[in-house]
Amino acid sequence: MIGEEQAWQLTARVLELSGPHSVEVALKGTASELTRFANNTVHQNVSESDARVCVRIFHGQRTGAAITNRLEPAGLAAAVQKAREFASHGTPDPHLPRMVRQPAPAALHAFDPATATHSPDARAELVGGLCRQAAGIGLRASGAFRVAAEELAVATSEGTFAYHAGTAADFQTVVMGDGSSGWAHAAHWKATEIPVPDLGEEAIRKAVDGKGPRTFEPQSTTVVLEPYATADLVMMLNFVGMGAQSVIEGQSWMVDRIGKQAMSEQVSIWDDGRDSEGLPLAFDFEGVPKQRVDIVRAGVVQGPVYDRKTANRLGAASTGHALSPFLPALVRGYGPLALNLRMAVGESTTEELIASTEHGLYITRFHYTRTVHPRDCVVTGMTRDGVFVIEDGRLAYPIKDLRFTQSYVSALNEVERIGAETRLLADDFIGMSVRAPAIKLKSFRFTGATA
Amino acid sequence: MHDLLERAIEQATHRGAEYADARIVENQAETLLMRDGVMEVLDSSEDLGFGVRVLLNGGWGFASSHDLRAAEFERVTELAIRIAKASARVPGENVDLGPPVTSRGSYLTPIQNDPFSIPLDQKIAVLAAADTGMARAAGVRVRESNLVFIKEKKWFVNSDGAQTEQTIIETGGGMVATAVGEGEVQTRSYPTSFGRQQLTAGWEAVEQWDLPGNAERIGSEAVALLTAERCPPGTSDIILSGDQLALQVHESCGHPIELDRVFGTEAAYAGTSFLTTEKLGTFRYGSEHVNITADSVRPRGLGTFGWDDEGVPAQSTPIVRDGGFIGYLMSREMASRIGLNSNGCMRASGWNRIPLIRMTNVSLEPGEWSLQDLIADTEAGIYMETNRSWSIDDRRYNFQFGTEIGYEIKNGKLGRLYRNPTYTGITPEFWNSCDAVCGDQDWKMWGTPNCGKGQPSQIAHTGHGAAPARFRRIQVGIHQ
Repeated sequence: MIGEEQAWQLTARVLELSGPHSVEVALKGTASELTRFANNTVHQNVSESDARVCVRIFHGQRTGAAITNRLEPAGLAAAVQKAREFASHGTPDPHLPRMVRQPAPAALHAFDPATATHSPDARAELVGGLCRQAAGIGLRASGAFRVAAEELAVATSEGTFAYHAGTAADFQTVVMGDGSSGWAHAAHWKATEIPVPDLGEEAIRKAVDGKGPRTFEPQSTTVVLEPYATADLVMMLNFVGMGAQSVIEGQSWMVDRIGKQAMSEQVSIWDDGRDSEGLPLAFDFEGVPKQRVDIVRAGVVQGPVYDRKTANRLGAASTGHALSPFLPALVRGYGPLALNLRMAVGESTTEELIASTEHGLYITRFHYTRTVHPRDCVVTGMTRDGVFVIEDGRLAYPIKDLRFTQSYVSALNEVERIGAETRLLADDFIGMSVRAPAIKLKSFRFTGATA
Repeated sequence: MHDLLERAIEQATHRGAEYADARIVENQAETLLMRDGVMEVLDSSEDLGFGVRVLLNGGWGFASSHDLRAAEFERVTELAIRIAKASARVPGENVDLGPPVTSRGSYLTPIQNDPFSIPLDQKIAVLAAADTGMARAAGVRVRESNLVFIKEKKWFVNSDGAQTEQTIIETGGGMVATAVGEGEVQTRSYPTSFGRQQLTAGWEAVEQWDLPGNAERIGSEAVALLTAERCPPGTSDIILSGDQLALQVHESCGHPIELDRVFGTEAAYAGTSFLTTEKLGTFRYGSEHVNITADSVRPRGLGTFGWDDEGVPAQSTPIVRDGGFIGYLMSREMASRIGLNSNGCMRASGWNRIPLIRMTNVSLEPGEWSLQDLIADTEAGIYMETNRSWSIDDRRYNFQFGTEIGYEIKNGKLGRLYRNPTYTGITPEFWNSCDAVCGDQDWKMWGTPNCGKGQPSQIAHTGHGAAPARFRRIQVGIHQ
């Protein structure tokens, strides 16, 4: 851990080296470990310790940036020199707002020392229990258990300084039999809040129940989606249009829908970086405190999330959703994104969602989903790790995986019922999390089947 | 650098490791991205660190750090040992790494012009000219162009006695024109989609692509697609462009031949493979026109290097010959499980990641046709170019791809423009429907700099040579 005091000193040193220009400095420290298992054995087990700085220098409306993980004085000086050189060559960006001092974000508790020090032995103990249980009944368990401690500091020449320390834990498993598989996944900022044995049971039960899958003719039908599949809907809607840049460029599914009823009245989706039931983060990578943003309220599309530049273009205020400068530039091309999403719950149990369905499919999760058409968020993908036919209100039999091609906007206009329980799921590449319930949709379009 | 690594290996073996390797990686990159005439991204990055991997009591451990001081090497090596011991508490099959790997030497990507020596203004001028060209096409809403330059130095040592040093240089670039109409968004990219084409090459690659010379064309095509007829659903013969086939090879051949997927070690994330080991040497993957090779020696491929991250020398492996499936991408550990030796496919995305089996350059070998003759030989069909969307199941069997642009082929000639073309199929059925592959004159090396795999996630850069090819009776479009 770098710690707040040293983070302040490091960023102050970079500001000093940068001279009279407007400067933004982001510092990110990561200490993470991940235990990976497959075929009932731990086969990969890794640890990473890194800290890097991004210095962004503004020459009027021209910018240049440099990233380095060489934090000694020479490394920082070289980065500042490179950012200065690049800034002098850029073209003026008329949409770039003037730098201003950001208010300090309210304190946020998101650091769990037990997660930060979670040991390889502790993970081996938990994972080993699942592996032995699966092996005992002829199944194969695979998955990953990640723990991380992360720090973010942002400082600017205008006097902004914000520091955040947080932890994260994520467990996922696929348990496979011959021709069947089951899945379970959960995240939390406290490792002890992840019920690994229960998740193992969940995946094992699905793998056992899924034995002997039949073929099923692809068609449009009613579906009950577990939270894993629901989360995919929310994540893809985020990538394809919850950020202001895609709205500005006319590519978002929100275009022509803002202020309109586009989804079922039961659907509300929001982003809240301060949600203690998510993976909290108090401010974004521009140092702007995160605001809670309603994306969809009772089915009515409210609007996108903003960073400083897109807010300036649309005459709005940044909502604190600038992406990390440490992501690849082409990922940053998305512009601002929601990173702490949540979908409102209903009142049904999963059993009630199934019991209320005469004919339909029960879906565990989606795999390899990709946008076919952005304006309606039409997505294609496969089902995975447990698909069951529902007949007369009960799970009748498992089937082989199906391909779907479906507008996710239209799908959420087909919501009949929503589950009362949620699951927090995280993606560590961009740093996005979604807390989502199970949902029942009147119709969902399947367009192909696995041979 | 090698001294630091040698000391880590010595420490690991002294502490009982059966095997150890260590890498220092220094990555330098420049990224330029222009959007609508503004240099939106002008970034430099420098990334330096090391990783130590040990095998102890049959368990693997890996630890890494950005801090290259000697004390940190000791801490990290000790941590790798501790992690390996934890792994050994949940044991599996005995690890056999096969014969020792004792490679020695150095390697440098052969290039004509070092992209890091080209003045920044010259690079920006290329993007500005491309932007201006796209702007000439009335109706283009968003113009993006980018250049990426990477220089990665890597020092490697293992406990078998290997000691290598290599420098890989990559150059990438591309542009995208987006047009927006009534409820419709269409994009055209050049040289290929998802941002850029990328090669192990120098500045000469940027000059060869000629982004400015192709800018107005792709802008006009994006606008024309807004009002083009939707690709009609049904069964059709299709001809795929080389860049689309490169991704088709990547997804439906490159991934299922990764032997770690076959043995289930990627099951929880990327998935497994339908190309199980009993199929090696017996399975008809494609028609007699289909020949696929995995190599790390072909010039300009993103999978071209001196040694992999286990120190195994670059080499060439036949994967499919005359349609028959005969080869895998392998590591030392996985190869020994099927009685073979590694063919050098272990690659890590950086100092902070373990090597995984990754594609090198997995290429469809050229056939005999010219694209012109192939179109002329097609009575009715669709020509599809440049990927727009891709999805494939976890065994790499059922896929659906969409391309940016399509043209009707009628009586041997290109006809109407089609928007939103898609095709879908089952991998071996699809490749068995291939009846013609174009030749050397249409064959190019394509780069895929965004291949995700592993946990924690790793982004690999892979190469795929391909020329256009024809496939018979394929399901196209999506019924409404």
